[in-house]
Amino acid sequence: MILRIVDFVGRKTLGICRSLGSFGLFLFTTVTTLFTTKLKVNKLFAQMERIGVSSLSVVVLTGVSTGMALALQTYFGFKRVGGEQFIGAIVALGMVRELGPVLTGLMVTGRAGSAITAEIGTMRITEQIDALKTLRINTYQYLAVPRILAGTIILPFLALFTMICGIAGGYVVCVHVLGLSPDDYITSIKMYAEMEDITGGLIKSCVFGLIITWVGTYKGYRTRGGARGVGKATTSSVVTASIMILIANYFLTKFLENL
Amino acid sequence: MIKLVDLKKDFDGKEVTKGVNLEIKEGTVTCIIGRSGEGKSVLLKQIIGLMEPSSGQVLVNGKNTIGLSEKERNILFEHFGYVFQFAALLDSLNVFENIGIKLLENGRSPKEVLPIVKEKLQMVQLAEDTLYKYPSELSGGMRKRVGLARTLITKPKVILYDEPTTGLDPITSRVIQELMYNMQQRFNLTSIIITHDVNMFQYADRIALLHDGKIQHNCEAKTVWDSKDPYIHQFIRGLSEGPIQTEIPHAKDKF
Repeated sequence: MILRIVDFVGRKTLGICRSLGSFGLFLFTTVTTLFTTKLKVNKLFAQMERIGVSSLSVVVLTGVSTGMALALQTYFGFKRVGGEQFIGAIVALGMVRELGPVLTGLMVTGRAGSAITAEIGTMRITEQIDALKTLRINTYQYLAVPRILAGTIILPFLALFTMICGIAGGYVVCVHVLGLSPDDYITSIKMYAEMEDITGGLIKSCVFGLIITWVGTYKGYRTRGGARGVGKATTSSVVTASIMILIANYFLTKFLENL
Repeated sequence: MIKLVDLKKDFDGKEVTKGVNLEIKEGTVTCIIGRSGEGKSVLLKQIIGLMEPSSGQVLVNGKNTIGLSEKERNILFEHFGYVFQFAALLDSLNVFENIGIKLLENGRSPKEVLPIVKEKLQMVQLAEDTLYKYPSELSGGMRKRVGLARTLITKPKVILYDEPTTGLDPITSRVIQELMYNMQQRFNLTSIIITHDVNMFQYADRIALLHDGKIQHNCEAKTVWDSKDPYIHQFIRGLSEGPIQTEIPHAKDKF
């Protein structure tokens, strides 16, 4: 009985170590390929368009609705202590430091990360990746580098949109719904929001972009077993990337605060 | 030219190939036959390096290909082509991009690549109006021809075919077989063909039967129909009685 438990734990541990190793090695090979082969610029732009432009509407909607809700909630809380003039700062700091990068990351995971996994997973099970290999085409250069680089570059821009839309949404609620002064809203932002808050948020977005595309590409690349396998890989990709974003967010917040 | 020495492959402990020994001479056509699930495609993938065997050797011109670096493998397999069972065309690319992908990825301009692609398209008897069609717009036979054209662009000396006529009607199968034969004659290729199609034997030099993870029989193609070997006799005639067991023993007794 005890031997069986030890055997089970041992197998599971080895499995996890193998998966983590393979996951890390995948990124290492991609980065090595990025610096040792010629970058396919047209593929990079195509991926930036697919990940970025196609996610824009979702990101704008997320930003506006979050900013509006945050302004409303802050108003309900702050009006009890007479701090309505700080709503602008709260919305701006909340959107720029936390909600903008994290929500953008999570939305892009669902929108683009899943699409990357499904596309590469389908290529894997229909032998398209094998076909590239038999033609001696570097599959990391062809598939992984453009996607991972594009995600890392484009996510800060998307996060910036979320931040701006969130702050604008908060402004609309404060000024046109709650009837507060526009000057109070803008002045409090100017007073409390600093450049470091924005750069911190953008650095986080870069890391989230890397996570989304790294996980998405890796899960697609390792897909096994037909249409069901593609479905499983896609689900796993979204769940893994979302969890990694939430965990990374905590450590990045801590790291950026200590800088 | 290609020699497989005691090649074994297992998946999670389940042995698929149990020690395959086979020699393929330069300029010959070898058909590998065997029941579905015997590991024929796995064998082919091990030859070209898409899969690593569990043990054994794949010798190409005397050089063991197992454990080679990516760079060494790329050099060794530079002139190897592989035609996939379902063509494995990249569905996001059109016919022109699919055939010319190797050259386009090597930095050649589309203008430079176009005449080469057109030439290969002609070789596989496809009209020029298919150039800008996508794989989803092509029939099974056309896809296989595009797959063959894509392989020809690498100027191969060896082509591995994975069931090139499976799923095609008899006329299209014949067209594909003749195309393969023409390519063989024209470029003096070495071909390894995984097939269930006995009509293919007329274009082959040797027939090897893979059964129970090993090459059970290996003979000249012209003598295959006269072979007294019980395995080959049963397989090529599609008999249910013989040393090759059907999946459900005595199934016919139940019905």
